[in-house]
Amino acid sequence: MIYNDVLLSSLDFDTGEGARAVPLSGHVGFDSMPDQLVNKSVNHGFCFNILCVGETGLGKSTLMDTLFNTKFEGDPTQHNQPGVTLKSNTYELQESNVRLKLTVVNTVGFGDQINKEDSYKPIVEFIDAQFEAYLQEELKIKRTLHSYHDSRIHACLYFIAPTGHSLKSLDLVTMKKLDSKVNIIPIIAKSDAVSKSELAKFKIKITSELVSNGVQIYQFPTDDESVAEINSTMNSHLPFAVVGSTEEVKIGNKMVKARQYPWGTVQVENENHCDFVKLREMLIRVNMEDLREQTHARHYELYRRCKLEEMGFKDTDPDSKPFSLQETYEAKRNEFMGELQKKEEEMRQMFVQRVKEKEAELKEAEKELHEKFDRLKKLHQDEKKKLEEKKKSLDDELNMFKQKKTAAELLLNQAQQLSRTKQ
Amino acid sequence: MVAPTVGPVYGEKPSSVVDFSYVGIDAILEQMRRKAMKQGFELNIMVVGQSGLGKSTLMNTLFKSKVSRKYVQATAQEKIPKTIEIKSISHDIEEKGVRMKLTVIDTPGFGDQINNENCWQPIMRFINDQYEAYLQEEININRKKRIPDSRVHCCIYFIPPTGHCLRPLDVEFMRRLSKVVNIVPVIAKADTLTLEERDFFKQKIREDLRANGIDVYPQKEFDEDQEDRMINEKIREMIPFAVVGSDQEYQVNGRRLLGRKTKWGTIEVENIAHCEFAYLRDLLIRTHMQNIKDITSTIHYEMYRVRRLNENNTGAVHTNGLSDHSAHEM
Repeated sequence: MIYNDVLLSSLDFDTGEGARAVPLSGHVGFDSMPDQLVNKSVNHGFCFNILCVGETGLGKSTLMDTLFNTKFEGDPTQHNQPGVTLKSNTYELQESNVRLKLTVVNTVGFGDQINKEDSYKPIVEFIDAQFEAYLQEELKIKRTLHSYHDSRIHACLYFIAPTGHSLKSLDLVTMKKLDSKVNIIPIIAKSDAVSKSELAKFKIKITSELVSNGVQIYQFPTDDESVAEINSTMNSHLPFAVVGSTEEVKIGNKMVKARQYPWGTVQVENENHCDFVKLREMLIRVNMEDLREQTHARHYELYRRCKLEEMGFKDTDPDSKPFSLQETYEAKRNEFMGELQKKEEEMRQMFVQRVKEKEAELKEAEKELHEKFDRLKKLHQDEKKKLEEKKKSLDDELNMFKQKKTAAELLLNQAQQLSRTKQ
Repeated sequence: MVAPTVGPVYGEKPSSVVDFSYVGIDAILEQMRRKAMKQGFELNIMVVGQSGLGKSTLMNTLFKSKVSRKYVQATAQEKIPKTIEIKSISHDIEEKGVRMKLTVIDTPGFGDQINNENCWQPIMRFINDQYEAYLQEEININRKKRIPDSRVHCCIYFIPPTGHCLRPLDVEFMRRLSKVVNIVPVIAKADTLTLEERDFFKQKIREDLRANGIDVYPQKEFDEDQEDRMINEKIREMIPFAVVGSDQEYQVNGRRLLGRKTKWGTIEVENIAHCEFAYLRDLLIRTHMQNIKDITSTIHYEMYRVRRLNENNTGAVHTNGLSDHSAHEM
């Protein structure tokens, strides 16, 4: 049997080796493919997960409400936990025919501690846990990837406090730990606290600090001509200085989202006042799909690679391939199960031992009680016997006395009779 | 099909006239479309049938270009090969900005021998090899960003227009292959059948398929919802499509049409009164192409993967990925 290898082209069509470009002499109809693909996705629904990292009181929840035009949580978050915890909420949004499952994860208590050395750890663990869940699903034998609810974080909005000077060391450390795991978009929160001139200096300072510390923030992609221009302009406006508000104020003859102060009103959607519109444009309207793709193709792949290498897999081992991955994963799982079972056994043995001991103790006590009872019984019997003997002797005495009495009475009678006859 | 809505045009500053409660979530559709256009699509079609049934011509007609091996390879003679060969040829085609890498996999020699026992084996092996290649890449630690997809998405099976019923070879082949790949059966060279003969033949074929438990595309069990079922039922009532292929154009009523010219008339290929080519084209290309690819990747490929991973834990595995079990099955 002869067969020729399937001619595969590389990723780029332009360098397609072996695939000839062939002109079409009429309308075939596969230009409907993008439509077919989009329709399938519409039927399926989309999901998008945002992580908000920032200190307490920087307006994270309010910004989410403003971005997605809904009131998300009923009550404000309780800030009374000791460490940093992550709270995630999922919402179903719909706009025209697009259904979006949006998950917003908030860091509660970030920056509240006295010692913030470990503040970043719960965040990193959370992100890794989502990757791990996806990896587990991917490695399963019977898997349902196409209906899996993707919980991996697609975008991380890092809220920078509007000090006007520079980044805090906590910010630098946290962002450095997160930049290889998630797409970071830094934003200056509550930026109405910073004046325009200070803002420009602040942005420059932040950008230079990020660069000098080697923090990789998310760059809006510039490879697609239709959005390259707008994306590269926006890249130069990072970090976005935002203001969030869900309250509406009447300006002119329209109701707009704004924050009202005695000295003026900050309009959220006015580009002269803040960069909110830019953030919304970039995050949602232009690059949402790219954020999802980067998460899957870059961050997740990196995690997967590291995790598998950590577990001791190699690509270049010809004997153990194929499915050494699957095998060893299963073997490791079995190993853990074995250990688990062993531990269970041990605990069971210990339990049985304890029960035995307790039983022995109780038996001892029972025995003692029995003995005591026997002793007492014997004592009682002895006493009873003694009493009976005493009673018997008393009875005997009584009988004797009675006899004596009867004898004495008889004698007395006889004596009386004699004395009477004598007279 | 509903055209998706488009968000604000890029480059324009969002004016304050824009609906204030509009978030822009539906712009993701446009983003997806852009990405898809940039990446391009892949489609791998296999054609199976005896020689002389017009397989190459049909491929050329479907894609309106010379995509079949007849024109690509400079073989002088078209000898019937002694064994089955599997030849695949790739082309880059483009339409209205949408690029597609089309691979046509031909199987010359199928059903042409005197003894055709086990002639499906090389084809099964080929299909499984493609699944294997994909699986290997997927399992790699360092894997490509986009795994090259060489899996056979659709297998068009050509039934000779005998007019009676399915031959044992047809039944055997379709029975086995329908379990691993999407099969689309077509009645080849349907211009030799009258309409009554055609309807009778189709009914007979459908009965034969049902009697043998052969599930061809679109498979009943993969209908997702009521809407799907309705559309697919209509298709299931029409298969197998009776097709005629041609890459020659003739003048008919002042228009240039693809057709076959005979002394008694010209058969217009794209005229649904003459043959069902247009239905086949619409099914394969214009409406169900994505669905065909999805079923291949989420069902056939996953089944192969499950089988393979389970095998590895238990039985012996041959180098080409077929275990003793499936070798027996074949």
